[in-house]
Amino acid sequence: MHGFEPKIILFLCNWCSYEGADAAGRGGKEFPSRNLREIRVMCSGRVDPRFVLEAFRIGADGVLILGCAPGDCHYKTGNIEALKRIPLLERILQQNGIKNDRIRFDFVSAGDGEKFARVTGEMVKLLKRLGPFDHA
Amino acid sequence: MPDKPKIALYWCSSCGGCEESVIDLSEGLLELAERADIVFWPVALDSRLKDLEALDDGEIDLSLINGAIRLREQARMAQLLRRKSKVIFAHGTCAHLGGIVGLGNFHTVQEILERSFRDVPTVRNLGGILPGGSVEGSERGPKLSPLIDKVMALDQVIDVDCFIPGCPPPPELVGKAVWSVLEGKLPEKGFVFGDGKALCHTCPLLESKPEIIRVKRFKRVHETDWDPGKCFLPQGIICLGPATRGGCGSRCIQANMPCRGCFGPLETMEDHGAGMLSFIASMIDADHEDEIRRITASIPDPGGLFYRYSLPHSILGGGKGTET
Amino acid sequence: MTRRIVIDPITRLEGHGKIEIRLDSEGQVDRAFFQIPDFKGFEKFCEGRAAEEMPTLTQKICGVCPTAHHIASVKALDALFRVEPTAAAKIIRELMHTAFIYEDHLLHFFYLGGPDLLVGSNDKGFGKNIFGVIGKLGGKIGKKVIEIRKRVRGLNALISGSPLYPVCGLPGGVSKPVSEKERAGIKEIAGDALAFARLCLNIFEEEVLSNREYVDLMHSEAFSLQTYYMGMVDRKNHVSFYDGEVRIVGPDGGLFEQFGAGDYLHHLEERVDTWSYMKTPYLKSIGYHGLCDGKGSGLYRVGPLARLNAAEGMATPLAQQEYERMFDACGGKPVHNTLVYHWARLIEVLFAAERMSEIACHDQLTDPGIRNIPTQTPQEGVGICEAPRGTLIHHYETDENAILKRLNLLVATQNNAGAISLSVEKAARAFIKRGRVSDEILNRIEMAYRAYDPCMACATH
Repeated sequence: MHGFEPKIILFLCNWCSYEGADAAGRGGKEFPSRNLREIRVMCSGRVDPRFVLEAFRIGADGVLILGCAPGDCHYKTGNIEALKRIPLLERILQQNGIKNDRIRFDFVSAGDGEKFARVTGEMVKLLKRLGPFDHA
Repeated sequence: MPDKPKIALYWCSSCGGCEESVIDLSEGLLELAERADIVFWPVALDSRLKDLEALDDGEIDLSLINGAIRLREQARMAQLLRRKSKVIFAHGTCAHLGGIVGLGNFHTVQEILERSFRDVPTVRNLGGILPGGSVEGSERGPKLSPLIDKVMALDQVIDVDCFIPGCPPPPELVGKAVWSVLEGKLPEKGFVFGDGKALCHTCPLLESKPEIIRVKRFKRVHETDWDPGKCFLPQGIICLGPATRGGCGSRCIQANMPCRGCFGPLETMEDHGAGMLSFIASMIDADHEDEIRRITASIPDPGGLFYRYSLPHSILGGGKGTET
Repeated sequence: MTRRIVIDPITRLEGHGKIEIRLDSEGQVDRAFFQIPDFKGFEKFCEGRAAEEMPTLTQKICGVCPTAHHIASVKALDALFRVEPTAAAKIIRELMHTAFIYEDHLLHFFYLGGPDLLVGSNDKGFGKNIFGVIGKLGGKIGKKVIEIRKRVRGLNALISGSPLYPVCGLPGGVSKPVSEKERAGIKEIAGDALAFARLCLNIFEEEVLSNREYVDLMHSEAFSLQTYYMGMVDRKNHVSFYDGEVRIVGPDGGLFEQFGAGDYLHHLEERVDTWSYMKTPYLKSIGYHGLCDGKGSGLYRVGPLARLNAAEGMATPLAQQEYERMFDACGGKPVHNTLVYHWARLIEVLFAAERMSEIACHDQLTDPGIRNIPTQTPQEGVGICEAPRGTLIHHYETDENAILKRLNLLVATQNNAGAISLSVEKAARAFIKRGRVSDEILNRIEMAYRAYDPCMACATH
């Protein structure tokens, strides 16, 4: 959709993905910062499903949760706990009339600015194609 | 001799179960009728709308309103009762959270009307008329109150003092709530009767509930057997007790069936479904995406199950999007 | 200027409703409308739900008859999965259903419609409600009504979790067996239920049948409709609540049609009005020809009087005796007067008590084999039973994962929609003359619907 700039609520975990985002910045990687609203949490496992639902309620077009790679989680398995919620969240969103493409979970390591840039870029591109989330 | 306190009972989009739970007070109902003046209760007394309208504002000491708000007229009745009453209790799950009728919020009003009045196999409606619509030359009957866009819980329409949870609430709980007012012990605003803790704490199967629960597959009750003497969860059967307020007496568990969450969320949960999702996801025994997806797929209808009673009160409300 | 008389809300029934009576310039009744301003949409929002949740979901159509919905729903699941329930499961289900009808009929007689007959216009100081009934008949009887209903509902709590919210129904079975120890308690409750059922018929004899005014009304044209009658019967064509075929007789009492659950679509159709959410079913082979009775009208009735009219007798001896007595007193079968529903209802109370006693002694009641787990892929299923207020039909279509694709519900009182509207209009015409209206006249008009023991949450779902 022409001129549409998606708003993405982006959850970054303190130990890995937040550093990954930082690395992207420092490394001069191109990423769609204007579309991202970052919320730093200590662990991606902290992302309560209701945060995701609330994000859509208040007008987000997409929600992106980035955690540590498997085995790297500072709290051992917090990232896996986060991952476990995603398929159910997708189903709930779908039943609420929201395409499940609008939520994504991925792993971004501390120094991986490249992956951070790629994932955020992909998400914006996808949401531009989908259009704004039309919350009645 | 001081006047007896006045009580009213009314139903909005209701099934009548909450009324039955009042009748199930048994002798307690007779005691109540001795102690208080029941001024409006259409299921049991010949009290009319005009009788209610004739009361002064605030003249009713306590009104119990059950049922969700599905029709515009029900919103108006709720507002009328609010004016006429000092205290309003939301009585039962529909008034508390929206109830099962709230599942209608996964659809539009048009879809709901069309299914029942045009599409079901028994209906013969060549003109495609819908209630509330008008057809040239047809009988002009009395005006019919329309459905509102989305089902609402009572506190989404009027100010509510306290809540009596349950579908329907056990009679003892209704009695407790009513007598709290009659004895001058009204709880603080927003109080929800029932237990403060999750159902697990009073469940007869608590002892067999392990600290850590891991399942490789969720099983549906019709396709499996289970040990009724042990907690459902480690057996792979979804029981919503961990995320549901206690106080119902575990009546479903006593019949060897799992909890379906009618008492609503715990105090700290804004969205009942999200609370259920959290603990159910934590039970998944896998750490790779493919396996997690496979196990999740064994839950047939998460939205319908998790929001069975609370869709209108949920964060997304059921109809936030139109994309799927 | 049309004068309108409005009764809002109608009372002492389950659910919402309004009556609007329009008078012409001479003060005669031109038209009476019976409007139900309530609708939920179960037939849509149950789409997408898991089939095994349907018995507890659909019972929320009505909190007064949740057990009936639970039973019809679980029978639809048996058909959907093509699984035969075990013998013990069938007996347990029939017990809980019969016990439920017993106490629900008593609810109507003492709390809802019965007060119209038990508290007369001359009984000043007693309201037409349960409190007035207790005041008039005495605290001892009041205590008995309350106690027997409590105990019978307690029995259902034992079997199914809660009489307010039964949960035990599963395709192919039930979730909880009955123990020998529990059997003893069931026998006791059934015995006491039987004694009270007989007492109720005595009360009816003393308070109603000995009252000239009521007997006249029960023979009056004002309350008579010559309709078809529909109800479930067993293999011997006796009234059956839990299982059997559905039998329809004509206004002359002769057999018209009889069908099994799977064939209901060939026999019943519904029409829509703009001014009410209650659809009006009618017999498909005759068609809808307006709000009228007679052989040429497709309108039919269900519920106690209709069941007794449609059947050829009662399956238990004491009830059979009362059945014969009633039809003798009313001049033969079928009986068309709506107020006789009250009498037929009490005969069903007696039948229910006798049946409960029979089941309490049944060998297989305590059999531990309470489930056959389905093995077939689900597709489509219809479950029919008799709710207290009439024939109840649940029809489900699912995908191969047992998720509901579509459903259709034809619910008890709803079958009486046309008859109720007609009864109310007929009573209004009979009692309102030259614009004269009084509380007593309005009460008479309300008696025309109350006798059916309507449940409008059911009828509109």
